[in-house]
Amino acid sequence: MGQLLIRRLIQMLLIMLVVSALLFAIFDSDQFRRKVAVAELGGLGLATLSADDYHAWLDRRGLNQPFFVRYVAWLDQLGHGDFGQSIEKDVAVSTLLGESLSNTAVLAFFVFLIMVPVSLTLGVLAGMQEGSALDRIISFLAVFTTSIPQIATAALLTVILALGLGWVPTKSAMDDGWSFRALVLPLLTLLIYDIGYLVRMTRASMTEVMASHYIRTAVLKGLPYHRVILRHALRNALIVPVTLIFLELNGVLSQVVVVEVFFQYRGFGRMLFDAANFGDIQVLQAGTLVAVCVAVASQGLSDVAYGLINPRVRVA
Amino acid sequence: MSSRAAPGGRRFQRPLTRTETWVTLLALIWLPLVAYVMFRPALGPAAPYLLLPAGPAVIVTYIMAVRRWHESRIALIGVTLVGFWLLVAVTVPYLPIADPNKPLVPLVPPATIRQGMLFVLGSDVRGRDILSRTLWGCQRVLVWGITATAVAYGVGAGFGLVGGYLGGWWDELVSFVGNIFLSFPVMVLFILVLDVLGPSGFNIILAVTCSSAPIIMRIVRGLALDARSRDYIQAAQTRGEHPLWIMLVELLPNVRGPLIVDACLRLGYTTVAITTLTFLGLGLQPPDPDWGLMIKEAAPAALLWKYSYMLIVPSLAVSSLILGFNFTADGLREMSQRD
Repeated sequence: MGQLLIRRLIQMLLIMLVVSALLFAIFDSDQFRRKVAVAELGGLGLATLSADDYHAWLDRRGLNQPFFVRYVAWLDQLGHGDFGQSIEKDVAVSTLLGESLSNTAVLAFFVFLIMVPVSLTLGVLAGMQEGSALDRIISFLAVFTTSIPQIATAALLTVILALGLGWVPTKSAMDDGWSFRALVLPLLTLLIYDIGYLVRMTRASMTEVMASHYIRTAVLKGLPYHRVILRHALRNALIVPVTLIFLELNGVLSQVVVVEVFFQYRGFGRMLFDAANFGDIQVLQAGTLVAVCVAVASQGLSDVAYGLINPRVRVA
Repeated sequence: MSSRAAPGGRRFQRPLTRTETWVTLLALIWLPLVAYVMFRPALGPAAPYLLLPAGPAVIVTYIMAVRRWHESRIALIGVTLVGFWLLVAVTVPYLPIADPNKPLVPLVPPATIRQGMLFVLGSDVRGRDILSRTLWGCQRVLVWGITATAVAYGVGAGFGLVGGYLGGWWDELVSFVGNIFLSFPVMVLFILVLDVLGPSGFNIILAVTCSSAPIIMRIVRGLALDARSRDYIQAAQTRGEHPLWIMLVELLPNVRGPLIVDACLRLGYTTVAITTLTFLGLGLQPPDPDWGLMIKEAAPAALLWKYSYMLIVPSLAVSSLILGFNFTADGLREMSQRD
């Protein structure tokens, strides 16, 4: 187990290094230097600058150095816990990241809190007897909810719950303090898709287990049905869904972009989107790195969890 | 290179069950649509007549699909939904509806007559007919969506075959590059690619390829690994066929089953991606209609119950198309498991 962990950690560090170097290489273009200049000096300020002054400014900002020199400097900075300064909002990137990440973490916490028990139960119920009425209803609903894109879910939920019934506010900017009511719409939007997805996966895993020989043996030797399900089937049927739950972290990180932009929730996805729109490269870079870090970590966790709960796999 | 391989293949002709018909029909629909949507200025006066043969082709394809898949009800529902939108996409220039970009009367509720014109689904903030925008929007979404998926499939299947069939260093390299792309959350990757390259339809194709091709590669690689040790591949190797020929002509057609199901699902994902990107302002550019754009424009305006139709119509449209793709995929998988 320890060896697996170390291998995953090394792999993760390698991927992070490659990705961050890639990011630096991408942002090492003239177009992006100009974007930084526009953001810092203003469009007019840049237009009045002569070519020589522009280069002098680049020198002063250290943007003229080759990208690997800046990359090493940035890595050193990162080692001291400094992500740099946001150009657009004039605060430290780490402050911005901390705020938006904690907002998104709140959202993600509630998503997982509701998603995991609900979808595992529904998936197991559907997979217990393939082709039964319950299975057909749950499966149909799951295909249905995973087919509606999240912008459509967001729009329709706004229409029904906020405009029609007036139960919740339409936007979740939370300008005057945190409120759970404002969290309902983004939460539901994420849940509707994610529950459907996890139900489908759990059902598939459960039907496979139910068709196996050892379950048939358990039924034929006269065990009570609930005992077959709870003691024999569940343990194997839940292996795949549990590992998928960790991978969902990656999915949620990607889904929050559209949900947070739609509902104007001040989270990680919105920060990333704004940074891309304003050419706030420091924030975009740091945000991407964090996203990749979380994604790779969740993949690693999923592997470790798989090794822990699946007795048939003993990873070297 | 392939001249050596060709005679071997000629001798061994595979009885493809009407594949040629399917390919011809799909090409008849898809190629004019691509030309019409992506290269309209280059077409000149021929543009209005271009889509005429595609209409009958859609109907024939639909009938063929229904006759072949009639045993699965869920696939039939899916095919009907997709067929409806395809038919709309190829016939929309000939339908008697308003110009989708022309401001007429702002904020008309659905099913009312204003200035001697019936607004079936109402009009938006700038007075454009929503019915017309919805129908035209389907054309853009379908064309870019199908093209992006096809490109992603080409790239992904290519690398997957190389990794799975050739193995060794090729496999290590291809898998490592794929893992790097897979370590990005999808939306982050989209934002990054489109921010660097600028928003446009062709860059959407690139972004979708970056995110989908590694997954397709993994699937194809797995299938190729499994097929590599089969007898028919070893027979082909013994006949001295070129690896390229073996990969494309022997291996790929034999693993097409799971790939077709996955392609249907992926068409749905790509449609989601395209509407989402347009909603975020990173994808296709206004003023031409597109469902994501319609939701984006309606979101700040529709803050009252009576204007909510502006949000409902495009949401239902995009959901029904994706539902169509997903139902088709589900039905196909169900049928493939049955035999």
